[in-house]
Amino acid sequence: MSLAEAHQLDNSGIKFLNQPIKADSETDVIYMMCPMHLLTLDDKVKEIRKGQVLSILTDYDGALEDIPEWCSKTGNEFLGIYEDSDHYKFFIRKAKES
Amino acid sequence: MKKIYLDHVATNPLHPEVLDAMMPYFRDDYGNPLSLYGPGFKAREAIEHARESSASLINAKAKEIIFTASGAESNNFALKGIAYALQSKGKHIIVSKVEHHSILNSARFLEKQGFVVTYLPVDNYGLVDPEAVRKAITGETILISIIHASPEIGTIQPIGEISRIAREKGVLLHTDSVAAAGNIPVDVQALNVDLMTFAAHQFYGPKGAAALYVKEGTRIVPLIYGGIQEGGRRAGTENVPAIVGMGKAAEITKRDLQKRIEHIRPLRDNIISSTLKIDKVILTGHPEQRLPGHASFVVEYIEGEAMLLMLAAKGIYSASGSACSSKALKSSPVLISIGVPVHLAQGSVVFTLGEGTTSEDITYFNETFPQVISRLREISPYSKGWDETEAPTCTAKK
Repeated sequence: MSLAEAHQLDNSGIKFLNQPIKADSETDVIYMMCPMHLLTLDDKVKEIRKGQVLSILTDYDGALEDIPEWCSKTGNEFLGIYEDSDHYKFFIRKAKES
Repeated sequence: MKKIYLDHVATNPLHPEVLDAMMPYFRDDYGNPLSLYGPGFKAREAIEHARESSASLINAKAKEIIFTASGAESNNFALKGIAYALQSKGKHIIVSKVEHHSILNSARFLEKQGFVVTYLPVDNYGLVDPEAVRKAITGETILISIIHASPEIGTIQPIGEISRIAREKGVLLHTDSVAAAGNIPVDVQALNVDLMTFAAHQFYGPKGAAALYVKEGTRIVPLIYGGIQEGGRRAGTENVPAIVGMGKAAEITKRDLQKRIEHIRPLRDNIISSTLKIDKVILTGHPEQRLPGHASFVVEYIEGEAMLLMLAAKGIYSASGSACSSKALKSSPVLISIGVPVHLAQGSVVFTLGEGTTSEDITYFNETFPQVISRLREISPYSKGWDETEAPTCTAKK
């Protein structure tokens, strides 16, 4: 399945995935509150190469808005969110070398 | 009058190098570590250096260290943080009956929240049987917490053996290493534990600085939410001088630990052999598998408090065991758990040595303690034997 096929938009415009994407790196901030999801994301994106995919696991609802917005501000590609049993997995592709 | 401090398990003086390292962060380098300018950067750098040093003492990675304000906080954090993080997997926790109150009371709190806790018994030396741990594990078990070394009886638990069972069963293991870390070599890799509590004032660092080691990749629910301090896992502006002091104390301890052990062990052995010559005095805890500076006894026919007071009057400072026994005049749950009769548990006394203890101190102690016992027995109503009266026991879980 292509990424395009995997994507579906819900009513709020949030890009949900039917299944997770294979990530090159994964980080877990479950039980951490704002702004740890953004600070960790910023750190971890620096550790991967351009074109690689980072997955960030969080149970913080505010991330649903924050992470796509962070991607848009930083020029990284937001690939979507996979909703697991008790947390979200966000997928981000690094768009440029930092 | 001589002043001989034999209560190093209660706390320790600051090492002079530790105080020197801390001082600038009270006065000149007072910046908030989160501030985005020079003094803030300096404080941040100092904390991260202390994190490296503290991690190094227990062979952990710096990012696995969360600074807290006390061993009690770290123990609460470990139990509650893991219980809440894993409650969807199961609600069963295993602890021993000889844990510190910060573990036992956290466990009792969690019971009120719907968790089920098994309180494992110990043998007459205070040792947990690893096979009893194995038998207690169920499909619902999410956490085991066993104290590394007892501050009250000195016994060192077989944490490595327990961790092998925990690993085999896929259950997380926490150890309260407050009395052990800084007094014996502690290696989280060798012990294979997932969480470990340790506190700076046990190894000549300041009070108010402690840490919880959390193995990389372990999810834990914070006790204190707020800012981004400690990676969002423990909010609140950091106690920079205390953390710096903990780091410095860890560095010194790593350097001097073997020397300290070689210094205090023979002095401790001297106390034990001399004290056991007194009639009706029993060593509590394991005779060999115990902290190197730790000597603990129960003395028949007299009360621990009376011994402490008379020893203090002669310049020797010691303890009678747990705060429960000394403040609430109740029998120690640890002594009751190792099978000490209630009446005998009242005669508990604990001597713990440190790097400043000298052979002259021990000579003075060995002369003085028998005199104290002899004098108190002369005036003891029990000196002809125990009557049926028994003191109330602490509310240790069955």
